[in-house]
Amino acid sequence: MSTQKTANQTQTNGNLQAKDFASDQEVRWCPGCGDYTILKQVQNLMPKLGLEPENIVFVAGIGCSSRFPYYMNTFGMHGIHGRAPAIATGLKVARPDLSVWVVTGDGDALSIGGNHIIHLLRRNLDINVLLFNNEIYGLTKGQYSPTSPQGQVTKTSPAGSVDSPFNPLALALGANSSFAARAMDRDPKHLQSMLERTAEHKGTSFLEIYQNCIVFNDGAFSPYTDKSLRDSTSLYLEDGQPLVFGSGDAFGVRLDGCRPEIVDLRSGKWSKDDLWVHDEKDRNKAWLLTSLFDDNTREGKLPRPFGVFLAEERPTYEQLVRDQISAAMERHGEGDLEQLLTGEETWTVK
Amino acid sequence: MSIIEKQKKEVTIRFAGDSGDGIQLTGSQFTSTTALSGNDLSTFPDYPAEIRAPAGTVAGVSGFQIHFGSKAIHTPGDMCDVLVVMNAAALKANLKFLKSGGIIIANTDGFGKKDLSLAKYAPEDTPIQDAKNSGYIVIEIDVTKMTRESLKDTGLTLKEIDRSKNMFVLGVLYWLFSRPKDSTIQFLNRKFAKKPGIAEANIKALNDGFTYAIATELFSERYSVDAAPIEPGTYRNITGNDAIVLGIAAVAKRSEFPVFLGSYPITPASEILQGLSGLKNYGVTTFQAEDEIAAVASAIGASFGGSLGITTSSGPGVALKSEAIGLATMLELPLVIVNVQRAGPSTGLPTKTEQSDLMQAFYGRAGEAPVAILSASSPADCFDVTYEACRIAVEHMIPVMLLTDGYIANGAEPWKLPKIPELKPVDPRFEKARDNGQDGEPFLPYKRDENLVRPWAVPGTKGLAHRIGGLEKDHETGNISYDPDNHQKMTEMREMKRDMIANFIPDQQMDEGNETGKLLVVGWGSTYGTIKSAVSEAREDGMDVSFLHLRYLNPFPKNLGSLLSGFGKILVPEINRGQLSRILRERFLLPVEGFNRVQGVPLMVAELKEKIIQMCKS
Repeated sequence: MSTQKTANQTQTNGNLQAKDFASDQEVRWCPGCGDYTILKQVQNLMPKLGLEPENIVFVAGIGCSSRFPYYMNTFGMHGIHGRAPAIATGLKVARPDLSVWVVTGDGDALSIGGNHIIHLLRRNLDINVLLFNNEIYGLTKGQYSPTSPQGQVTKTSPAGSVDSPFNPLALALGANSSFAARAMDRDPKHLQSMLERTAEHKGTSFLEIYQNCIVFNDGAFSPYTDKSLRDSTSLYLEDGQPLVFGSGDAFGVRLDGCRPEIVDLRSGKWSKDDLWVHDEKDRNKAWLLTSLFDDNTREGKLPRPFGVFLAEERPTYEQLVRDQISAAMERHGEGDLEQLLTGEETWTVK
Repeated sequence: MSIIEKQKKEVTIRFAGDSGDGIQLTGSQFTSTTALSGNDLSTFPDYPAEIRAPAGTVAGVSGFQIHFGSKAIHTPGDMCDVLVVMNAAALKANLKFLKSGGIIIANTDGFGKKDLSLAKYAPEDTPIQDAKNSGYIVIEIDVTKMTRESLKDTGLTLKEIDRSKNMFVLGVLYWLFSRPKDSTIQFLNRKFAKKPGIAEANIKALNDGFTYAIATELFSERYSVDAAPIEPGTYRNITGNDAIVLGIAAVAKRSEFPVFLGSYPITPASEILQGLSGLKNYGVTTFQAEDEIAAVASAIGASFGGSLGITTSSGPGVALKSEAIGLATMLELPLVIVNVQRAGPSTGLPTKTEQSDLMQAFYGRAGEAPVAILSASSPADCFDVTYEACRIAVEHMIPVMLLTDGYIANGAEPWKLPKIPELKPVDPRFEKARDNGQDGEPFLPYKRDENLVRPWAVPGTKGLAHRIGGLEKDHETGNISYDPDNHQKMTEMREMKRDMIANFIPDQQMDEGNETGKLLVVGWGSTYGTIKSAVSEAREDGMDVSFLHLRYLNPFPKNLGSLLSGFGKILVPEINRGQLSRILRERFLLPVEGFNRVQGVPLMVAELKEKIIQMCKS
């Protein structure tokens, strides 16, 4: 038999609250860890999904972030290092009815699990990936990660890391991701809206969340997350809106051909009409957005974008798999075991 | 000259030629006809390692061996009685497999100057004459010339005509072994239904080859092989890999849960993924993963979701999967890992056979990670063992390692079709939905039944939301536990659960001989046929030797220890350096002698028989 007999699907009664999605387990991240905010925002999101807890699954690999499933009162699996996307893929192909979430970190997703994340993205399963990027290995106590900036001094790079870091969103787009977005732990409201978009998108949603590791890499993102600096370094993307940033929208980004440049809107030379207008459906522009990856501590550098870079509709992997199964059923009918075992040629011994 | 008709009890024929000569097709047609004639048989293809080796070279030689008889046949045969060679390279590569005084049927057109040079013979070499001088009976046929003559009026191109050469040769062999042509004629009409001209030409070549053998009195003898006493039933021919495909499909069709195969192509296991990916209407979903790790991880994800997760690979791939197999051991989810073993560590000899992953199956994981281990003894046995591996994985919530190897994966033998109602549905322990309101009992995902099996609690089931993972878990709640006593308890539980599978498998039976005696031969896996033949022959020679062959390797059948203790000596033949030998010594503290070869090929019956006789006599 090929149908699922187990799922007692239930519709939400609409009364669930964030606390109903918190498990009874004590949350064990370092005090002040950025993960707490993300956990809270994810729990806040859950009632909005309109699903009972048993229809949601969180899958994680290894690392600080990957403890996440234990704290969610849903189904969950804490897997092995880097393999959460592969585990989630099997689960989603087998059970397209479930809401499947992968929680991962920069080491888990981009180093040991790099091969799985790119294949998940290109296949476009309807899975939500939350990448907690803290640019450090936290659980192993402070070694550089594939997103640590070059030159960073850590326990394994006492003379500074010589590795060139990944740009996670560029990697995602390079892997043909259909949804790529960035948020930060220090802006919970924006994070909540990005989580909503992540959940809404049909296909693999890749949400990079800048997350502060208070113990081993404190302040890694403060140029963007500090309220005093955020205005001049962070650019919040809105679909259909021009790219503006700075206090009182003092600055904008315009495209000179394919080259983004900062313009001063107070100079009188430029107006918002001259600016680059964000289009979430435009893959080429999303590429350019990922190139806004400069070190913002330096003067005159392009701001770091936050928001949805790309949201593109295309068929999900599990749907294509189901379509092929349905087509085979239509063409040949439900498989006849007798016929299959018999094969093309038999003989009988009496 | 009159032709002498001779009865033969068994015959081994080896077909060899260039990859483009249609050797595998010729072999499989001879096999079908032989099966229909009621003989027992066993076959083995010998493919070139290179995909497209240069034509005419030794590297490009493709072989096919069939052993058939009027008695029970257990192996494709050590050495052949008849060697069919389509060119010089085929002779060069295969003469070593021909019995002394055996028959060579040579296509003389394949022995020109160029052919000799491609086969790396010296220009002055005369391999056919040399073979005659060495006492072989050589039948020379210019197959190319005869086929072209036979088909000159068909209107086909020379290239098309030359493709029928193999049918001309098959016709000669059908006459030599008194085989009927009808099944091949039917096959050709089926295969070339859309090209009747080609079908006709092939049939004409087959008929003309047959007639040519009569008319030219090529042979002084003609052979017949009577039907073998075979258990009544309907049979088909099957390879080991195909039998695994059917076993998995049968589990999916007969049980109340779907099956998910996550796999990554690897020699010699790829045919299983290929086969199942064509069975989309049988309740099996296939996923070609990005690598071996993703293959097993996806299977684990599917198992978590209520499908039976299966992954198929060979030794090097299983090495990559070992961490994930450890995870499945901790999660206590069903998982079947098929290891179609191949020769050597690392890349080794990918197209050759070996049994050297037994220790890997037993111990190749981090920590104490017990899994169940089964092995298949022949191509047809792969079906039953696959079904059994799936049953154990689901009913005991445990990873099951199923070991086969390249020899039985590609080898074929007759398979008696099972009666479908007798294929017992696999019984999953799905946990039912529950009300998780205030008065509801909390769900305990690691609470075990009397067989230490935990429930299969599938997402989407109300009241069962829970978290599992690779961290050690509390013995009932499944929550993370660092408690020392709990870890001791859980480690023991996982092992005991595996060991208790012994209560659900049959007692070990003797395959040959008495339950006590001088010498017991113990085998596992693909060596079955060789050991069976060697032991039967030694017993016919009056040796006091018995034989048992293990399907269940971990846990062993409960009566194994008492059976072993009934013999003065124990011999364990394996295609490795003595892996089961070591395990048996360690487990039962008995002196066990090994018979070990690692040459990438099956053990030889004659060599093993000699060893058995030597041990019986000393």
